[in-house]
Amino acid sequence: MEKKMINLIIDGIAVKVAEDSTIMQAADSIGIHIPRLCYHPRLSSVGACRVCVVEVDGSKNFPASCVTTVFEGMNVKTNTPAIREARRDIVELILDNHPKECQICERNNNCELQQLAATLGVEEYLYAGERKHFPIDDSSCSIVRDPDKCILCGKCVRVCAEIQGVNALSISARGYKTNVGPAYNMNMLESVCINCGQCTLVCPTAALTEKDGIKETFKNLNNPEKVCVVQIAPAVRVAVGEAFGFAPGTDKTYEMVTALRMLGFKVVFDTQFSADLTIIEEGHEFIKRLTTGGKLPMFTSCSPGWIKYLETFHPEFIENVSTCKSPQQMMGALIKTFYAKKAGLDPAKIFSVSIMPCTAKKYECARPEMNSSGFRDVDVVLTTRELAKMIKQAGIKFQELKPGQFDGPMGESTGAAPIFGVTGGVMEAALRTAYEVITKKELPSVDFKDVRGLSGIREAVIDVAGTKVNVAVVNGLANVHKLLTEIKEGKRKYHFVEVMTCPGGCIGGGGQIYPQGDLEAMDKELYSLRSEGLYDIDERKKLRKSHENPLITAIYKEFLQKPLGELSHKLLHTHYHCACPKGVPSEVRDTVNIG
Amino acid sequence: MQKKIIYLRDTDSAQQDRINDFYTLFSNELRDANLQEPVQLVKIADIGLYEKGITVKILPENIVYSGIKNTDVKRIVEETIKGNKIIKELLYEKKSKQMRAVLKNCGYIDPESLEDYIAAGGYKALIKVLLEMKPENVVEELKKSGLRGRGGAGYPTWMKWNFARGMNSPEKYVICNGDEGDPGAYMDRSVLEGDPHSVLEGMIIAGYTIGSSKGYFYIRAEYPLAVERVQKAIDQAVSAGLLGNNILGSNFNFELEIRLGAGAFVCGEETALIASIEGKRGTPHPRPPYPSVKGLWGKPTIINNVETLANIPKLIAGGGAKFASVGTEKSKGTKVFALTGKVKNSGLVEVPMGITLREIIFDIGGGILNNRAIKAVQTGGPSGGVIPQEFLDTPVDYENLSKLGSIMGSGGMIAIDETDCLVDLAKFYLKFCVDESCGKCAPCRLGGYQLLRILEKISEGNGELEDLNKLKKISYAMQKASLCGLGQSASNPVFSTIRYFEDEYKKHIVEKKCQAGKCKALIYFKIHPQKCKKCGLCMKNCPSSAILGSREAGYVIDPQKCIKCGVCFDVCKFKAVMKE
Repeated sequence: MEKKMINLIIDGIAVKVAEDSTIMQAADSIGIHIPRLCYHPRLSSVGACRVCVVEVDGSKNFPASCVTTVFEGMNVKTNTPAIREARRDIVELILDNHPKECQICERNNNCELQQLAATLGVEEYLYAGERKHFPIDDSSCSIVRDPDKCILCGKCVRVCAEIQGVNALSISARGYKTNVGPAYNMNMLESVCINCGQCTLVCPTAALTEKDGIKETFKNLNNPEKVCVVQIAPAVRVAVGEAFGFAPGTDKTYEMVTALRMLGFKVVFDTQFSADLTIIEEGHEFIKRLTTGGKLPMFTSCSPGWIKYLETFHPEFIENVSTCKSPQQMMGALIKTFYAKKAGLDPAKIFSVSIMPCTAKKYECARPEMNSSGFRDVDVVLTTRELAKMIKQAGIKFQELKPGQFDGPMGESTGAAPIFGVTGGVMEAALRTAYEVITKKELPSVDFKDVRGLSGIREAVIDVAGTKVNVAVVNGLANVHKLLTEIKEGKRKYHFVEVMTCPGGCIGGGGQIYPQGDLEAMDKELYSLRSEGLYDIDERKKLRKSHENPLITAIYKEFLQKPLGELSHKLLHTHYHCACPKGVPSEVRDTVNIG
Repeated sequence: MQKKIIYLRDTDSAQQDRINDFYTLFSNELRDANLQEPVQLVKIADIGLYEKGITVKILPENIVYSGIKNTDVKRIVEETIKGNKIIKELLYEKKSKQMRAVLKNCGYIDPESLEDYIAAGGYKALIKVLLEMKPENVVEELKKSGLRGRGGAGYPTWMKWNFARGMNSPEKYVICNGDEGDPGAYMDRSVLEGDPHSVLEGMIIAGYTIGSSKGYFYIRAEYPLAVERVQKAIDQAVSAGLLGNNILGSNFNFELEIRLGAGAFVCGEETALIASIEGKRGTPHPRPPYPSVKGLWGKPTIINNVETLANIPKLIAGGGAKFASVGTEKSKGTKVFALTGKVKNSGLVEVPMGITLREIIFDIGGGILNNRAIKAVQTGGPSGGVIPQEFLDTPVDYENLSKLGSIMGSGGMIAIDETDCLVDLAKFYLKFCVDESCGKCAPCRLGGYQLLRILEKISEGNGELEDLNKLKKISYAMQKASLCGLGQSASNPVFSTIRYFEDEYKKHIVEKKCQAGKCKALIYFKIHPQKCKKCGLCMKNCPSSAILGSREAGYVIDPQKCIKCGVCFDVCKFKAVMKE
């Protein structure tokens, strides 16, 4: 149905917008940027920060423009002295209760509050005095929570509830003592947090940040006893450039290799190699399940946030999840076994680092079972943000770097690997291989356009030698919950489902570069550019199917023997446990609907 | 002869020893009449009247004589006690300016008896509505009556109901807001405890009018008796067919359920209240959408205050025009106030709109305690403001109070005299709002706290003149930019005290003096050497051994040790301890 259009006036300019638009949206449409703090276009609007207040004729108070819908004949003023003063007063009040540590803060120069104070012309601390004080919570492997820096915009609470359906964070206490954190004052480790880090992307300050891996990494880089080996995840390469002024989606793979070598890494591998390997293992697992009546639908397992979510909220699907480790952990296990042997290195002396777009990977590498090499398979995970920081700290001019090369024997990948970084990519890569393995015929076209895109749930039916294979692709855990519920209810039937924790997949991972300028996390355009960057890499590759990767063939011949073989089983596969959230008695675990 | 009791009281505050004389006079007369045995004579501390001379109350007839003289004693004993005759010229005439409509039944009927309520005319309105009226007729009557919400904002009730009535939705809800939270207010509590069926009847009529079949009583858990009685009333109404399906044989179905408030003041705000009923954190949501469009469980909902609903049955039974005959042009009917503070006669009063503040304080409340001078009246609870004594002759209605910088609110009214400090008062109310702020929006959460800190600073003698500007600045930002009514009005006590009593603030800031003697940091005690009779009582009572000296040398207060408790001031019989 066509929406009714509303005429209104904003700052003397006539505007025509759809009837359910807010004042903020109407102002945005004519190039007026109303300052905002708690507003996020992908989350529900709560009107809590009151920074976006405006004057509306006939209104006694200043309504918040993010939650006030337009009406015919409305006359809005966004820039009067009274409004500017009210906004400034509010930001002054917020600043007064905020640590004045900008120069030494994680988000220095990248902080929404800092920017807001600058744009609104806050020039003095009017109400300086006692501030709230809470201890820092660094119990989690992935996320550090510093409530002192929290300005209670509630975006983290909403992203956790509305986008991820996890509800690990909530607002507790009231008035001046109001605080954001896990229920019952649990710490982040004990909480149901699945470590995805989406909260760190939407947090306007440094109240939620990733756990630091930089110090540990630099320490080991400077340790002559250690051989530092690093791997780079697909989605990192199309985002890292943003920290250095490049447009989102710009492929900076080989410049990054150079930078890593300059930082002191002796060996640089590509996680895309193990992505190809994952496809071989997971593809064969799927074929096995499909042909031998195994548990279906099979879910992918490369997203560690999803794995913790599964174990915590939907353990009934544990057997449906592929036992394949994620590409990071496969690579980690191979570095300290296959590569160590090949290079004649003592695995105990290898310090294995991975560069990931993800905070949950920090949690994944710390899982107790991730030590099949006999050591911790991956020692430290650095996020894209942390890598950019290290490059800056080392004084490397990233803009001027010459491309470098990955090290063999785990540095080559096919076009199926980069697209692991975007929702739908793993599915597409798996289908390319599964189709050819089952049918023994060449694919007419390698592009499975049906599973591409950024929407929450997508479905496709693939004809594989007469068998109709129903597949689905889902990203964002709230969508996952919906999908799982409907599978249980029998409303949806699939053979194979790709699950990505974060909206958009890894390109939108919680460890990615903070959106620059006016861009926000989950911005469609930003994520489209990053995903196009990955599909470009795919298209530019000569080989686009994982099973065609010569290094993969080589590693099976030389080391692993065969897909799903004994060594694969030991190094490349894992298992999952039902996790009972703290506070839920285990005997009622199955009877309560925690999800 | 039937046993009788005579209560005796001197209601004039000025003279102290007259009552014993009268007691003797009465006992003598009774003895002479040989009535000592069946008549009990009691000197009581409070008889409910003030400044009416010597007053006696004779039970069980409940005859009250006031202003009696020595010569009247004999007559009273002979004519009234012995002869059971009332002496008209001595009779205390109630020239009450109160008008009891909402509280009419309270204290007169058994609140746990449906029969009592019906006997007092209850459920007549419901019968009228179900048998004779269409929903639009009810709205019409409400419109005629001019009834406005009694919870605070004074929104016309008919408009609220009409909005919800016009919404096309199979599910609608009626909510009774019984989350009365203002400190010192107990209007709603009295109605819920004293006449629960009147609120029930109002809700059923509301349900019929807007097309709802489900209502919720939201009552704060701190009112257990109210909860118990409302539940009893619901059960009785269900058994009598006044609730449930096909009420009184009509096609109208309606059921009621109680939900308990868990003690958050902000849950009296309608959107927070809805969140609370839904089981969520009780924080307000931006409006619009208003609850009448999108309320409980996303459905059209009306939320009315207890007093508003209690007005409905009388309004419908008597007609809107009759209701509108009481009150001012824009504020109709009566309003219940909880009259407290430095007033002689505190308690619930129900008065017609348009009565002046002076009438309420002096004619009903009996004036200020110890006949001190009145300084101001605080109305509207923590979100209200103070009205200085020069405006006491203002007729009370929504518009006038708001013009004076205060609000009607739910009906708190506190008399303030010269011993009250306005900075301290503002601090008290602000502290309440800071404690009760839900913490959602920045201006209220942070602004209120900073205001409080500045007020504390001023009352501790560390204020600067610049602080007054800061107070005004934050108050303004809170008023204009806060999310809900609580935040928007939380700074009202500060705003209005500065508006009328800026000089008092300045005295605190510049001269470091608190005239009322409330701000401890700004007062100190001194013993006047000439007045001191060297009795030593002050030293004996001082809890912190701050008084030094001897009976020979006299006494002095050591300001270092003094904790300013004021005990010496209170115990000195010679007014030798001075507070400065």
